[in-house]
Amino acid sequence: MTRTISYREAINEALAQEMERDPNVVVMGEDNAGGASVGSPGEADAWGGVLGVTKGLYGRFPGRVLDTPISESAFIGAAIGAATRGLRPVAELMFIDFMGVCFDQIFNQAAKFRYMFGGNAVTPVVIRTMYGAGLRAAAQHSQCLYPIFTHIPGLKVVTPSSPYDAKGLLISAIRDDDPVIFCEHKALYDLTGDVPAESYAIPFGEANVVREGSDVTIVAIGRMVGVAQQAAAELAGSGIQAEIIDPRTTSPLDEDSILESVESTGRLVVVDEATPRCNLATDISALVARKAFGALQAPIEMVTAPHTPVPFSDSLEDLYVPDAQRIVNTVKAVAEWKRDG
Amino acid sequence: MAEDRIQRVTMPKWGLSMTAGTITEWIVAEGDEIAKGDDLVEIDTEKIAGALESTWDGVLRRIVAAAGSSVPVGATIAVVADPEVSDEDVEAAVAEAREQLAAGVAEAEEVGAEVGTVQVDGRSIAYATMGEGAGEGAGAGADAIVLVHGYGGDKNSWLFVQEPLSHQHAVHALDLPGHGESSKDVGAGSLEEMARVVLGFLDARGIERAHLVGHSLGGAVVAAAAAAAPHRVRSLTLVAPAGFGSAVDAEYLRGFAAATSRRELKPLLGRLFADESLVTRQLVDDLLRYKRIDGVDAALRRLVDTLLDGDRQRIDTAAVLGGVPCPTVVVWGREDRILPPTAVDATTAADLRLVDGAGHMVHLERPGEVRQAVQDAVAAGSP
Repeated sequence: MTRTISYREAINEALAQEMERDPNVVVMGEDNAGGASVGSPGEADAWGGVLGVTKGLYGRFPGRVLDTPISESAFIGAAIGAATRGLRPVAELMFIDFMGVCFDQIFNQAAKFRYMFGGNAVTPVVIRTMYGAGLRAAAQHSQCLYPIFTHIPGLKVVTPSSPYDAKGLLISAIRDDDPVIFCEHKALYDLTGDVPAESYAIPFGEANVVREGSDVTIVAIGRMVGVAQQAAAELAGSGIQAEIIDPRTTSPLDEDSILESVESTGRLVVVDEATPRCNLATDISALVARKAFGALQAPIEMVTAPHTPVPFSDSLEDLYVPDAQRIVNTVKAVAEWKRDG
Repeated sequence: MAEDRIQRVTMPKWGLSMTAGTITEWIVAEGDEIAKGDDLVEIDTEKIAGALESTWDGVLRRIVAAAGSSVPVGATIAVVADPEVSDEDVEAAVAEAREQLAAGVAEAEEVGAEVGTVQVDGRSIAYATMGEGAGEGAGAGADAIVLVHGYGGDKNSWLFVQEPLSHQHAVHALDLPGHGESSKDVGAGSLEEMARVVLGFLDARGIERAHLVGHSLGGAVVAAAAAAAPHRVRSLTLVAPAGFGSAVDAEYLRGFAAATSRRELKPLLGRLFADESLVTRQLVDDLLRYKRIDGVDAALRRLVDTLLDGDRQRIDTAAVLGGVPCPTVVVWGREDRILPPTAVDATTAADLRLVDGAGHMVHLERPGEVRQAVQDAVAAGSP
């Protein structure tokens, strides 16, 4: 049965269904169980994490929802260690911006075990984390750092753009034997959409063709998928049909779906909220330039944030995040581009 | 008086999720004489495009919704009346329809579907019921029609058939185990087991006797149900049924079960149709969403074993039908590439209709022929 639920509820449902299915799945993080107003720690789940995503799980799965000290380096390391010993921990690292303090555990330990031990060790850990601008949370709580994890072999990186994808991709992440960085955009938690009540797994590396179109391919990541859809609706009014590809996972990346689309449209615009050096936009642009050069009828364009920290000023933050109008303008320029200007 | 002679052509509800449709082209023009069964207008939905057939004889007096407009389900899109009905009366109906369109009000009662689940042998079986007697005590009438989809399909695949038939009958479409919104456990996955589910569905819905309609695997299932309980079945309509001869596209059946990506699935789905352009992004996406649900993979693989012996068909519906006394109509697309209609002839099916321009999904490509077949089977099987 399919109902309309939010991105937040979809993630909660994926956690609950996997905890039900597999007793080795545990949830841990800051305020995942307790919270500020609770008598003794873990007595009731007052908060369910800073955004209420894990609310309700503590009562249903006693002993399997753990509150941790405010020490990311400690509990992310603990989750990774537990994963190597047979548990399937889902650790919530509140803001992706805090990854810095636990980076050794992630990129030098978790990402390397399978490789260094010749496949004899696996690390089925999921690190759920919040990314992105839009919440007036300033430079240290608003970054889009998924490109950093995409860069590291041994990690899988997921950027769901809808409630349906959030549930199915989180279930795949929990069932996966490799470490997965599960990136939730903080502006998407209240987004609603159709989600089956049953458990289902969306395979990694399988892009979603969000919209079909013959004139230009827009590859968009995470929250930018919805913004690209607004832009595509406006472009359709001007007679430009955009095809929108959501890779769903940045690692592994569904190269074939992107290349196939560009081969039919001849034009590519990549929309990525991350800062523009070494992000998904540059990565996908390079891929298409190398493997679909012959199909291109115009230069590849990128719509990204500028190469600055996320500003605290409301008006500057609004300017910082790519919006539908910037996508429309860029796509029009690409669609109208001519070789001799 | 004039009111009874004015008929409103309304936006059909093709499938449970359809809330509105876009008129792509009017096939008939104002002033044209039309007959029951004529194609009137091409309509595009999110899922599939189709032609709406007339259910009346008369003159198409006025078109209310022009090509290009999006119209809610149930809203009037044209007005049909005999020539002697005055222009004033027709205009009054048109004005009322325009008002409704502007207000966005559709006549919801015309298109009501009752959806729900019943428990059959410990499994949850989902269904949608439309038409006479839908709702309280649905299906008590002797003329209930039950539609059973094929391998990998679901109750929504009858979208062009269920609603039109529901004007005269209670029409139930169910999801077989392993499909749609029913339990995904298919047990041994045998035809007999699935036939028991269909008969259990009749019990659960209080249907004494039914006209059974089955597509592909569903055709073999309803034939097995009729053989197991002949007193419960008034007629059979078999649409491209499994189990006639041994030829089958085994690669399609195995490939459908194994496919996990759009790029694997889409080319396979093209084989279902004579016109491959009917495979839309939405159709592929809906099927992938279904295939990702826990338990579906195992269910489909089990059913492949029921259907195939090596690369040939394992089941023999023609033999089963030998013991079935009720009237049986068989409809088949001439361009069916999944189950080619080569092994069926007058010796295996008394009433066989081969349909031009249709592949395996006859009920999507030529729904009018399937509706006619059902109506004829129902007429022949009614007391």
